[in-house]
Amino acid sequence: MTTTLSHRSEDLTDVPAPATKKRRRGSILLTVLTALVSLYALVPLAYLVINSTKTQQGLFTSFGLWFDDGGHFALWDNLRETFTYQDGIFLRWLGNTALYTVLGAGGATFFAVLAGYGLAKFDFPGKRGVFAIVIGAVAVPPTALAVPTFLMFSKMGLTNTPWAVIIPSLVAPFGLYLMWTFSAQAIPTEMLEAARMDGASEMRTFFRISVPLLAPGIVTTLLFTMVATMNNYFLPLIMLKNPDWYPLTVGLNAWNAQAATAGGQAVFNLVITASLITIILLLAAFLLLQRYWQSGLAAGSVKE
Amino acid sequence: MAVPTLAAPPAAVRRRRRRSFRGWQFVGPFMIVFALVFLAPIAYSIYLSLFRNRLIGGNAFVGLDNYTQALTDPNFWSGVGRVGLFLVVQVPIMLFLALLVALSIDSGRLYGKSFFRVSIFLPYAVPAVVAALIWGFMYGSQFGLVGSLNDFFNVTLPDPLKPSLILASIGNITTWEFTGYNMLIFYSALQVIPKSLYESAEIDGASQFRIITAIKLPAIRGALVIATIFSIIGSFQLFNEPAILRGLAPNSITTFFTPNFYAYSLTFSGQQFNYAAAVAVVMAVITMIVAYVVQLRGNREF
Amino acid sequence: MLKSIKMAAIASAAVVALAACGGGGGDNSSSTTGSAASGPTVSDADVQAALTKGGTLNIWAWEPTLKQATAAFEKQYPNVHVNLVNAGTGDKQYTALQNAVAAGKGVPDIAQIEYYALPQFAIGKALDNLTGFGAANLKADFTPGPWNSVQNGGGIYGLPMDSGPMALYYNKTIFDKYKLPVPTTWDQYLDDAKKLHAADPKAYITNDTGDAGFVTSMMWQAGGKPYTVDGTNVGINFADPNSAKFTALWQQLITQKLVAPITSWTDQWFQGMSNGSIATLATGAWMPANFVTSAPSGSGQWRAAPLPQWTAGGTASAENGGSSLALMAKGANKALAYGYLKYVNDGDGVQVRIDNGAFPATTKQINDPAFLNTEFKYFGGQKANEIFSKSAADVLPGWTYLPTQVQSNSIFNDTAGKAYVSGTSLADGLKAWQDQSLKYASDQGFTTK
Repeated sequence: MTTTLSHRSEDLTDVPAPATKKRRRGSILLTVLTALVSLYALVPLAYLVINSTKTQQGLFTSFGLWFDDGGHFALWDNLRETFTYQDGIFLRWLGNTALYTVLGAGGATFFAVLAGYGLAKFDFPGKRGVFAIVIGAVAVPPTALAVPTFLMFSKMGLTNTPWAVIIPSLVAPFGLYLMWTFSAQAIPTEMLEAARMDGASEMRTFFRISVPLLAPGIVTTLLFTMVATMNNYFLPLIMLKNPDWYPLTVGLNAWNAQAATAGGQAVFNLVITASLITIILLLAAFLLLQRYWQSGLAAGSVKE
Repeated sequence: MAVPTLAAPPAAVRRRRRRSFRGWQFVGPFMIVFALVFLAPIAYSIYLSLFRNRLIGGNAFVGLDNYTQALTDPNFWSGVGRVGLFLVVQVPIMLFLALLVALSIDSGRLYGKSFFRVSIFLPYAVPAVVAALIWGFMYGSQFGLVGSLNDFFNVTLPDPLKPSLILASIGNITTWEFTGYNMLIFYSALQVIPKSLYESAEIDGASQFRIITAIKLPAIRGALVIATIFSIIGSFQLFNEPAILRGLAPNSITTFFTPNFYAYSLTFSGQQFNYAAAVAVVMAVITMIVAYVVQLRGNREF
Repeated sequence: MLKSIKMAAIASAAVVALAACGGGGGDNSSSTTGSAASGPTVSDADVQAALTKGGTLNIWAWEPTLKQATAAFEKQYPNVHVNLVNAGTGDKQYTALQNAVAAGKGVPDIAQIEYYALPQFAIGKALDNLTGFGAANLKADFTPGPWNSVQNGGGIYGLPMDSGPMALYYNKTIFDKYKLPVPTTWDQYLDDAKKLHAADPKAYITNDTGDAGFVTSMMWQAGGKPYTVDGTNVGINFADPNSAKFTALWQQLITQKLVAPITSWTDQWFQGMSNGSIATLATGAWMPANFVTSAPSGSGQWRAAPLPQWTAGGTASAENGGSSLALMAKGANKALAYGYLKYVNDGDGVQVRIDNGAFPATTKQINDPAFLNTEFKYFGGQKANEIFSKSAADVLPGWTYLPTQVQSNSIFNDTAGKAYVSGTSLADGLKAWQDQSLKYASDQGFTTK
């Protein structure tokens, strides 16, 4: 039996072109080659999993890609300590990151979907310039923009508030591009014309007809913006001075840097465990989104 | 257009429609935030780049002095040269690998494709501080993975952090991080191609290879071009990886290792944000020119 | 321009705040709003009044023991609320400070600034001169190295928080195993380095991949005075005969590959200290706390010893690291802030910080029998503070850092760092460092020679 669940669900989403029901056979060679790439991706992550089971001391006395044989299996201790260290600030950081990710990535996706759709389905003055300006602006090295952005935000009273992190996250140039191409592809213009003939407003047409068709693109964009927001380090570092508003990245860096200061406590075991938790949460989000991805593909196939 | 292309949008949107401002109600919100977050700081940077703030003597208007300094700054150009080399070598390798994986996942002939899709994407999600720990261990020639391999096989592998290898080591990290990212872009572009298209080609007896070259690749040309452009921008803005590895190999990675890192060092260690702004503007112009050329070529031929 | 108007506005706001805090009678107004250099004048009575009256203080610092000292402070002065924020370590925090100063908003009242970075902020008029607060009277309270470090151009720009009189930490197990003498001179150190590495090719006398702070401290101990600063005139000469002693010694260690190519504060460094492949470290007295948390399995194996000497029988020492707390010129609540400074750096807070692992800069504590008799479990029960205290007293006077030291240290590895990884000689590398540092100083408006 080579048919896996995912194959089947995909077949369901396929356009019912008769006579193509013949299932494609799995290829072992292809699987092995892809597995090699997968191994390349995963081996460094194995380091994280393995080392999250070590104590601070075990980290420095045992080999990095194997468990600390003589030592104490410290995963549970590490987990508990991660959540309780410094009065449980990790949870606070986790919550902040969730807030920034939901508002930032959600907002970025929303704006990107709207704008991508607008670019794909409307002809309007200034349209040609839009993407050129976006690409041009993205080409400016961001580190050099940090200080000007800080000075501007400071004048607006936004520094040291969550808005200083969320507002810059609301722009996803790559999401804009993705949604543009997706909209151009997935939404038949005839469908929109028909809706217009029926007298529906543009916004209503967009939400009722276009958004469902764009689902897979929206999910992809959301995934990219989520990861980008979660990994956002530089801007929060500059904008935030209150650890209570730190996202995980800045908080973990602070923990990591702590070992390198006079009298500082080394907590690499917590940094590693906390990272593992972060990645697992992202993985969960990914798997959750994947379901929408599949169903979105089904919706997308209507266009035939 | 027989094949629905994900080609670069300007080419894709051929149909003439009534021009009206209605589109702006969709594009407007994005552009407002964009103007606040990108355009205003850029404008401010350009303004700042015309000044020079000194510890002794304070702030003064210096016109284009910072630009003439940047254009003749050997540190800046050595950074540009380095990212140029990086661009020519690393980007093709990474994109090719990403494309192969995307095609094989899309082929429907993989066992456990969901697993591969997730696992290969995962490195992109690793925060930089963690990547530093991980790769610090991997590259450690004394007690790290390299050191252990040396002991185990009784060989002396070259130190991946020495100056002559550092760029390749950074390239490896970038490839590790971004292959999955690009793979997902290609994969989602492939998903939009109606399956019926190549299924009927299959019935006509076309080989898989032929289907890839004749249907799939042209169909995702737009995605390929844009991924290339974003990778170019990414290479020219290379920052995180050198910043991470500098803690381990301070002598291999100079403060002007890449133009972006140079702008950072100028701002953060030297308080020269006026000059850093000028460096950034020059770098942006270079990036735009290269990206524009690539886009022109990419849209013309595959 | 707009900016300068804003600055003046903020400066005067600070004065108003200051007057408000100082209570009635004191002569507590700064002479002019424009010149922060001359600084405000605040009497002890003003400070006491402010502490009793209370208020809120914003502090940026990363020193870990300040947390406990601040708690003790708030307990003693219940009306004072302290926002202690870790705004980043070292130059990350300095950038944040400069940004806040430039924006004219969100400047803390007090900031932690390392000694090597203090001149830059003092010259940049970002800090209050504490002379007007009567800080000059505190001279006898502090050990000479740190006290000298907070002086700049006749002003006092911070109170020393901790210090790093240098010592040689060595792994006794390794020294015993190979029957090596604990080096008392640098020649002996070189000798030990050779013997050790010959006996065990995996072991090194120390690790080094080039560290500006270490190099300058070593030159300091050798009696070198490579930096000369006179107002806005700065000069650098790493080739001066005493500084060159260090260069010559270290060149031999590098050329003969006797130092482990491991960068400090990395994973491999902590491993090397734990597994016996790094045999010594010459660094500041703040190191023991780091040993305990970062290389716990080396416990019992390590000991402290006086720094090796350049001439047999000498006692010369130097400072490595350490930082001060300074009042930001654009901060508020000056009298209150100074009260805090005195409490944590000179008063009761010092002992709290020592109890939590800090190494003080105050003579009272450093000469305190209880302090001197403290047994370090990590050092096998050794009374290491005796060595550190002696070292603090033996720090050579007359050292000064550049007013552009932060930038200068940041480019050390671009220039001198070449000597650690290629055929470039250390002397040539240092010459390049010197040239580029001077160029930056000159770009910043200093007169260089």
